[in-house]
Amino acid sequence: MSRTKTLNTESNFYQPNQQVFRAYRAGDDFYEALIETHLGLTDEQSQQVNAKLILLLANQVGDLDVLREALDAARQGV
Amino acid sequence: MFKAYENPVYDYIKSPDQDADTLVHHPLVIVGAGPVGLAAGLDAAINGIPAIILDDNNTVSVGSRAVCYSKRALEVLDRLGCAKRMVDKGVIWKMGKVFFKDQLVTSFDLLPEEGHEQPAFINLQQYYLEQYMVDRSDELDNINIRWKNRVTVVDNDADSNIVTLTIETPDGPYQISTDWLIVADGANSSVRSMLGLAMEGKTFEDRFLIADIIMKADFPSERWFSFDPSYHKGQSTLLHSQSDNVWRLDFQLGWDKDPEEEEKPENIIPRVKAMMGDNVEFELEWASVYTFMCRRMERFRQGRVIFVGDAAHQVSPFGARGANSGFQDTDNLLWKLKLVMDGKAPDALIDSYCAEREYAADENLLNSTRSTDFISPKSNTSLQFRNATLELSKDYHFAQKLVNSGRLSDAAFLTESPLNTADEDAFEGNMVAGAVMDDAPIQGDQDERWALKVFANQFQLLYFIDNASTLDESTARQLLAMTQGSIPIQPVVVSTSGTAPQGIKTIQDIKRLLSKRYDAKNGTCYLTRPDQHVAGRWRTLDSSKISQALNTATCNG
Repeated sequence: MSRTKTLNTESNFYQPNQQVFRAYRAGDDFYEALIETHLGLTDEQSQQVNAKLILLLANQVGDLDVLREALDAARQGV
Repeated sequence: MFKAYENPVYDYIKSPDQDADTLVHHPLVIVGAGPVGLAAGLDAAINGIPAIILDDNNTVSVGSRAVCYSKRALEVLDRLGCAKRMVDKGVIWKMGKVFFKDQLVTSFDLLPEEGHEQPAFINLQQYYLEQYMVDRSDELDNINIRWKNRVTVVDNDADSNIVTLTIETPDGPYQISTDWLIVADGANSSVRSMLGLAMEGKTFEDRFLIADIIMKADFPSERWFSFDPSYHKGQSTLLHSQSDNVWRLDFQLGWDKDPEEEEKPENIIPRVKAMMGDNVEFELEWASVYTFMCRRMERFRQGRVIFVGDAAHQVSPFGARGANSGFQDTDNLLWKLKLVMDGKAPDALIDSYCAEREYAADENLLNSTRSTDFISPKSNTSLQFRNATLELSKDYHFAQKLVNSGRLSDAAFLTESPLNTADEDAFEGNMVAGAVMDDAPIQGDQDERWALKVFANQFQLLYFIDNASTLDESTARQLLAMTQGSIPIQPVVVSTSGTAPQGIKTIQDIKRLLSKRYDAKNGTCYLTRPDQHVAGRWRTLDSSKISQALNTATCNG
């Protein structure tokens, strides 16, 4: 199987089956949901949530080539 | 201070109402001669409603205050006959740049497409805007601004549907009554307090310093927002130009700062120097330390009393969604008020003002709250995500789009409005029922050059056809019949050549942008509202459907 996928770094947030009138809207919806998920948590609890979230999303992506690219990108500059 | 502008003083003139033996009654009274109250008055005059505006002061805004006016606000102001002077005087801009730790990370273009008369934004000191609106009101009959008239008592009598006002003046108090009261007296609305109405919401625990300086500088007219710059560690700043070499600087201070100390020039000047450089010559024009709230009234009317602008809703300043949304409130309200006053629509049409503008206010509150949360994160985790987004935005498009330094005022799509007629036919694009109409360059039969100059102040039916001369007789008859109803609809034929028969108004879609933006084909029609919103659209002309849609759009159905 030839490799077709690479890490998508273009804006890719959308709400299925809903017409979006403003380009920023879906991304902002996600960002707010992300911050709200952490509401009321201690820093340590938030770290746990983030670790679990990364594992869930990694499994959703599945493609190890893409995941390795994402891991590299995240490590950059840190 | 105040070297850039000298405030005009408007004379208090004693009104005959003050000497009348009996209570003088008026159809419409507006409280507050700020931008939104003045817009209400101008719109009333255009609709043929005599309006009295009461203001407790006798001048325009002291200090520049609100400075960013959006394309949609300018379209409304153009309909009211005063945008041109503002655009000519203001600083036109559309680019925003965002910096993180002194590095440019992203920029945005607020109007990437050509073919709109009004610019994406202008920056103009609020005093000019108000002054031009007062000047405009002098040109119109039926607007009476009463300066130094302070409302002290409001009696909103639900049984009689009459509102009685007690007003304090330099000659002492007097009373008048009115059928309708529009309240535009700002975020700390005294009328709202007098009526005991609440405005629920949240205060953000952060302080910001606005410093307007006069400075000769050749920065481009762009909005520069800086997260965590080296000269103001851990906080954010904003730089924006205004007319007359006045620059708006905005510093995030943090909640622990003492507002009184921060407003002292000796504390402001070092901050300005840190930002602009030691060698820049400037004079301090105006400064203010502010906190803000995000809140709105649960309902924008109480009987015959209707709230508009900041009196009804208050947002954070990031995104310029305050005054700009206020103009859209009165844009929405006045044509409805006219129909109800004339007995052509039921009171429920005023409720639709609440439904539509409360929806828009919620969207403004949502967007401005999100911007505030990004600019001023409330927790360590929130700050980490914010800074990670900014880090990633140096390299990645998706992160650039998540950077939120203010989602600048745009018109709400009123898709949930009870006045809308849902699509039966398939359409692409954004011109859905409830959308603000897109402008486009046209050639009108009275030499109009822009669509929104033609589409305004009345219900209209846009009928798209390639060659207007080929419009058949039966269609022409149907179009003309629409002008005969109790609420007339003006037909406008949109074509690329020819002239419609029997004197039906024809405009040429010279760049074919109207038909593109409205996804129009031969025979497509749009019913549009006096406030330049789409009410309904069809692929073929059917008078009965249009008539039903007009009834829906006026609560007559």
